[in-house]
Amino acid sequence: MRVIEKRQLLSAEEIGRTLQRLAHEIVEKSGGTKDLGLIGVRRRGVPLAERLAKIIGSTARAEVPVGTLDITLYRDDLSTIGPQPVVQSTEIAFPVDDRDLVVVDDVLYTGRTARAAMNGLFDLGRPRRIRLCVLIDRGHRELPIESAFVGRTVETSDTEIVEVRLREIDGEERVVLVDRVA
Amino acid sequence: MLQRLQHVLGIESLNAEQILFILDQSKPFQEFQRHPLKKLATLRGKTVALAFFEASTRTRISFATAAARLGADTMNLQAESSSLKKGESLIDTVRTLEAMRPDGIVIRHASSGAPEFVAERLGLPVINAGDGMHEHPTQALLDALTIRDRKGKLEGWNVTILGDILHSRVARSNMYLLGKFGARITLCGPAMWMPKELEGIAPGTRRVPRIEEALEGADVIIVLRVQSERIHEPALAAEEYILGYQLTSERLKLARPDALVLHPGPMIRGLEIDPVVADGPQCGVLEQVTNGLAVRMALLYHLTGGAPVDAPHPAKERSNAAD
Repeated sequence: MRVIEKRQLLSAEEIGRTLQRLAHEIVEKSGGTKDLGLIGVRRRGVPLAERLAKIIGSTARAEVPVGTLDITLYRDDLSTIGPQPVVQSTEIAFPVDDRDLVVVDDVLYTGRTARAAMNGLFDLGRPRRIRLCVLIDRGHRELPIESAFVGRTVETSDTEIVEVRLREIDGEERVVLVDRVA
Repeated sequence: MLQRLQHVLGIESLNAEQILFILDQSKPFQEFQRHPLKKLATLRGKTVALAFFEASTRTRISFATAAARLGADTMNLQAESSSLKKGESLIDTVRTLEAMRPDGIVIRHASSGAPEFVAERLGLPVINAGDGMHEHPTQALLDALTIRDRKGKLEGWNVTILGDILHSRVARSNMYLLGKFGARITLCGPAMWMPKELEGIAPGTRRVPRIEEALEGADVIIVLRVQSERIHEPALAAEEYILGYQLTSERLKLARPDALVLHPGPMIRGLEIDPVVADGPQCGVLEQVTNGLAVRMALLYHLTGGAPVDAPHPAKERSNAAD
């Protein structure tokens, strides 16, 4: 099995503009930044949440706390896969009780990661509200989960993969659609 | 990629990379102990057999709590229970437990090598919770985690181990572990408790009979428990031991000012350790207990979680059926 790149979904510049818009939407739909907290889902949700917080910081002149969530222990497929995935730390340095949380991830697909993220957050307290923000929504949901903030909706087939590459992790900045070929 | 751990039978057979992997994997579980809701569903539906053929309170509670916090159920076999007293053999007892289909087994046994014996015969992950005078790997791992946290790194410390080293599996596991990370180990205790053979466990280990000399320049001091049944006249009276080997605050001053004091517990104040030292800022005993939970959660997660090593993936089974 190998993968071929089919097309580019977002350029570096488009990622930047999309994040600007998402940051505005988050502030607008939240009626300000009061009690707001951003939670980046490992791995690529983390730099995205940090960038959103930075944009909100400079445009709305408000500091929004950012936390990092590792969902490994909350996955629902652990008993069916071989070696256990490596667990990473969850670093949320602010109390989540009564917070207005926005969970940030790169791609929304089956919805299982978002479900796991919610379980992880519930173990830390009782947020007032949890919403989801993703760069790409590629469809194929397996759970009743939708995202309040979406960068771009893309139609995909089952065999395709949306690869979000961010300079903090991948050393390049773009989103591509790749396909698996036998 | 790191080879999947199947058992944890001792520190001797682990390499430095595997040890660091376990310590790194314990970090998220350390953080977890501070969560308001200490219950995961990660190992829901899994069962861990706790087979304690030798009396234990702390280690058994630690493993049981670690399993519970991961969402696993436990089956408990305790030394006081009747089947052991009725003379059933080790292998028959563990085969009976195995027939109840646990996903892993934690064993403590008075005979050195018992966990390995069981691991060779059962198709289950085995964790050694202490075997005779051989090893107590989870204790050494939690000690290493405490040292790394308190002192910023694990490598290259002067480590002094005080007390009954001969009978101590804690001492052996610690020597194997810290020896792999360049520790300079000093053993100190009554001569009958530190035979020369112990020097072979970790390179460069020295035996020093005088406590003042043994503590000089120490970065880490591991105080061992002195079993009361071994302290009696004429061999060794308690007063003699206290006089010669108790870690007092005066003696602690001979070590580095930031030296860390560890004790595997249960600690007998006034015998092997002065209460002032036990309650002092250099003592890491309570962190050791919390870190024990984290290390045991990490091991249970990696050893008993997931599909059995040889089991076909459910998806694979389906596709085979379609062939």
